[in-house]
Amino acid sequence: MEEQDKSLVAVLGAGVMGVGIAALALGHGVPVVLVDVDDRVLEKAARDVPLRIRQGQLLGKLPRTTDLPPLTTSTSLEAAAAATVVIEAVVEMPEVKAKVLRAVSESVAPGTPLVSNTSGIPIDELAGHTLRPSDVLGAHFMNPPYLIRTVEVIRGPRTTDEALDPALRLLTSLDRESIVVGDGAGFVINRVLQRMINESARIVQEGIATHEEVDALFQGCLGHRTGPLATADLIGLDNVVDSLRVLHTRTGDAGFDPCELLLSKVGTGDFGRKTGRGFYAYES
Amino acid sequence: MTPTSSIQPTATEIETELLAFLHGRGKVEVAPDTDLFASGAVTSLFSLELVTHVEAAYGVAVVGDELRMDNFRSVRAMVGLIERLRATCETEPSHG
Repeated sequence: MEEQDKSLVAVLGAGVMGVGIAALALGHGVPVVLVDVDDRVLEKAARDVPLRIRQGQLLGKLPRTTDLPPLTTSTSLEAAAAATVVIEAVVEMPEVKAKVLRAVSESVAPGTPLVSNTSGIPIDELAGHTLRPSDVLGAHFMNPPYLIRTVEVIRGPRTTDEALDPALRLLTSLDRESIVVGDGAGFVINRVLQRMINESARIVQEGIATHEEVDALFQGCLGHRTGPLATADLIGLDNVVDSLRVLHTRTGDAGFDPCELLLSKVGTGDFGRKTGRGFYAYES
Repeated sequence: MTPTSSIQPTATEIETELLAFLHGRGKVEVAPDTDLFASGAVTSLFSLELVTHVEAAYGVAVVGDELRMDNFRSVRAMVGLIERLRATCETEPSHG
């Protein structure tokens, strides 16, 4: 509880992951300031965060308290200045993340952990854009962050214990299990998962199997809860393509080059669950 | 909220309405005692919609320890929850 009492988490970016991370922190009693460049996005987030907390409580994944700390929203990064931990969850575009992390590193106190929720951009690459690369680490939350306990934490080559330890303590206070891994494009999860999604989509594209058949095989034969393409719809196909491009650019491995089917779905706005259609159709 | 006990629906009426809601919105046909989650009739994503429907349709607030899946596991469990919350509401002193 002591950890919660003195913590203030700044979440940068109020998209799906930012909202989920804010819900996780608030649901565990940690105050949050949620920052986004877009007022309308923040208005929607202010409506969505309480719903996500209720969902977590309903499913027994968040404490069932009605006494929650406040959610503050702001369009100014200055609102993050007093944060004890910053969690960056803006779009998965290296230049945008670099710009935001640079700006926030200029306003927070030295030693404040700057945690990127990147799904695959090397931490050291992002750290290099900030004032203090030693304060930067990665925390790759799964979606939704308040339902999935395990977090892939990435320690960059320049990350110090002084930054890593308070970030791990915060995650522990949020009832998360941290698994700390080394740096490298895609880290562990996405180096494997994005490749699997791309290959699955390529299989559908080539007419070897339908998306339902691919997923049914992974479920039935390998015991996956959902198959790779249902997982891709949950992640968001736009994010999948962005992640694949990050991996392709940094590894040169053609297996990460996003396949035509993924590109065409993103081109027509079929991003998955969040737009109501991806490989599968969803009701709003 | 002022209780309106004289026009409140009976348990049977609530049961009928919830079954209709599940049929119309959730596109599922279930019996009053069907386990909605075990049967796969209701996903965890849709479960929150059930909560907001129960609150909006019956003027109750599902919070704290009552906000749990077991209370939404079947239509019969939801009817029990609604009746329990309405009874609590009616016995609470008015602050108006």
